[in-house]
Amino acid sequence: MTEIGLTVNGVLRAASAEPRRLLSDFLRHDLGLTGTHVGCEHGVCGCCTVLFDGEPVRSCLMFAVTAAGHEVTTVEGLGAGGMSPVQRAFQDCHGLQCGFCTPGFLCTVTALLRDNPRPSEDEVLEGISGNLCRCTGYQNIIKAVHRAADLIAEESGEADR
Amino acid sequence: MKPPPFDHHAPETLEEALEVLARTGEDAKVLAGGQSLIPLLNMRLAAPAHLVDINRVASLDTLEVTEEGVRIGALARHARVERSAQAAATQPLLRAALRHVAHPVIRNRGTVVGSLAHADPAAELPAVLALLEGTVEAASVAGRRTIGAAEFFAGPLESSLRPGELATGAFFPALPANAGIAFAEVARRHGDYAMAGAAALVTVDEDQRVSSARVAYLSVAATPLVLDLTGVLERRPPVTCDWAAAAAYARDHMDTDEDIHASAEYRRHLAGVLTERVLRAAAQQAL
Repeated sequence: MTEIGLTVNGVLRAASAEPRRLLSDFLRHDLGLTGTHVGCEHGVCGCCTVLFDGEPVRSCLMFAVTAAGHEVTTVEGLGAGGMSPVQRAFQDCHGLQCGFCTPGFLCTVTALLRDNPRPSEDEVLEGISGNLCRCTGYQNIIKAVHRAADLIAEESGEADR
Repeated sequence: MKPPPFDHHAPETLEEALEVLARTGEDAKVLAGGQSLIPLLNMRLAAPAHLVDINRVASLDTLEVTEEGVRIGALARHARVERSAQAAATQPLLRAALRHVAHPVIRNRGTVVGSLAHADPAAELPAVLALLEGTVEAASVAGRRTIGAAEFFAGPLESSLRPGELATGAFFPALPANAGIAFAEVARRHGDYAMAGAAALVTVDEDQRVSSARVAYLSVAATPLVLDLTGVLERRPPVTCDWAAAAAYARDHMDTDEDIHASAEYRRHLAGVLTERVLRAAAQQAL
């Protein structure tokens, strides 16, 4: 067992775990942050996506020990001061049904809109192509991404349509 | 779906990494991006006794672009190379192929050199390295050596790296003058491994006739297959080239296998279609 310390949602957290502990399991079991969901554990479904030093990554394809000393943002950290624009857009547009895939989508989309505040339809499709949803059929998720782009623009006082 | 136990090593310098690899030899695997290795561990298809995690070796996180080509260090992530305007200007095939590597989120973590060292015949970058006749740079406590692409890919998931050796970087030669590239693949779903894929490099002479045409294939053989189609195209201007003949030649010169994703015949068919598609596009770009 090794002591592993990292910054999660702005707070320095530490726990002891084996080197083979996946970051996804470290967040859920050792730190109690069960918002990050675990689906396929081989990088296909995208449910476990978190922001690692700001970039979306699969937490099931990283060891906690590799993440030591870095910054991780999970779905719990997206809405720290009330729901984030992306979260509200998913609610407004009914961009979820069972909700299992939603934390991964929220992290992916948060980074997507940060890097590209007004994505085209194709850019949205490409951006979320690594996240699987078995309920919605994706249409409302795509709407939610565009809606989130609107909300972010409105709230930053730069509404452009 | 949890990895088997291993001893974790986290060297901070190249020297430390090589020292650990020398000590652990065949029992060790190198962990860089982990986007192929960790699934294999999670599914218990691999169980190395030692994992040498090079993520803290900052000196390997490099991307150098010169007139000669693009040199990529072992820790440079796909996303960094894909976003580099300089790399895309010097060798556009890198960006063209990287856009087909899994999904953007995977590319944030996966590394170019890791993908080469993994030597998956269905992966894009080994075919790109083979087509461009690039090289892999390897280091061990015994010294350094440079391995040409043709020698590097030894078999499916098998490189010619020796125990104790670390792939420290790779070099992709620049696009020559009067040349064009193209990349295309067919996958059941976007981001999946392709059932077949092809990358082309076409050069034209001063009379705008095709003076060289090579195509590298992924997912059709145990290692990246490179075919020289220059002779088949008979040094004609692209508008009069017999692309279908090149496609037929390619189909006749590959020994495809079937698996659960595609029959051998379908895979060969796809490779033919892709041959024509990438040759046309690369020739157009070369003009």
